[in-house]
Amino acid sequence: MSDANLTMGHGAGVMEERPFAIPSKKLVMWLFIISDACTFGAMLFAYGYVRNAAPDWPHHFEASSIINVAIMTFILVSSSLTMLIATRAAKASDKSKALRFTFITVVLGLIFAALHLREWSSMIHQGVRLFQNPWGAPLFGASFFGITGLHLAHVISGAIALTVVALGYKRGRYNSDDIEVWSLYWHFVDLVWMFVVPMIYLLNVAQ
Amino acid sequence: MSAEGSLKTDLMVYAGILVFAGVQIFVAYHSPGVIRMLVIAAIQAFLAVMFFMHLRDEKSTLRLALIPATLFVLVMLNMVWADSFRLISMKPFAK
Repeated sequence: MSDANLTMGHGAGVMEERPFAIPSKKLVMWLFIISDACTFGAMLFAYGYVRNAAPDWPHHFEASSIINVAIMTFILVSSSLTMLIATRAAKASDKSKALRFTFITVVLGLIFAALHLREWSSMIHQGVRLFQNPWGAPLFGASFFGITGLHLAHVISGAIALTVVALGYKRGRYNSDDIEVWSLYWHFVDLVWMFVVPMIYLLNVAQ
Repeated sequence: MSAEGSLKTDLMVYAGILVFAGVQIFVAYHSPGVIRMLVIAAIQAFLAVMFFMHLRDEKSTLRLALIPATLFVLVMLNMVWADSFRLISMKPFAK
């Protein structure tokens, strides 16, 4: 007997109602998101701490880097929109549209990751390492690669998860709730980027 | 979320977030400041959480369970600033 039957019909009284009237997996995703928000928050606070305390923090990002970041932002926010369309389609039982837009989201996520890796490669070629930085404070490299790397890991794992869920949805293993739950994760990845861009890039532009 | 939710609203929020991203870049070159940047990012995050993640459509008890707890942790993290400013006043580092 499914949870829905127990709580809504046959098993009424056997199980308590779902907390907050949402599927349990959605609540778990929300709890994961707030814990992950605190993780990113702690990373950004640590970054702020070392930036504040370093006398020679580099203001290195040239216009080309900022244009690259603007393109990456456009791609990631657009992927949130396509994920939103996919979720709406899944809820409306339009399976083919839901799958099409979920895979578009995955492709946009992978383009974002590729652009990010290209930027990393450029920074590494200029001599920036985890604890080495040719323009000043050595911790610049650690904070840059640490924070953007954690975000990039979220993007790549999100793309993998969305692919797995979409394929399972196609085969009937997963339902529209699963698409919605993973869309929450994807929007969260987008949300984190909205803080990473100003803190890491825009406060360090070369004027 | 409702299946009949408005795509028009989604597009407006999407455009709004992109406009704020553009404003952030403008501010970065003309009058940079941590507080200004964070305020714009917070507006973008609010739009994303309420409209993309549909938290506004959930029960208010869920919002009450999630938002204050997260904000509490993030506000408490602000206690590190006093120490980072102490480090500034110690430059060059005391022997």
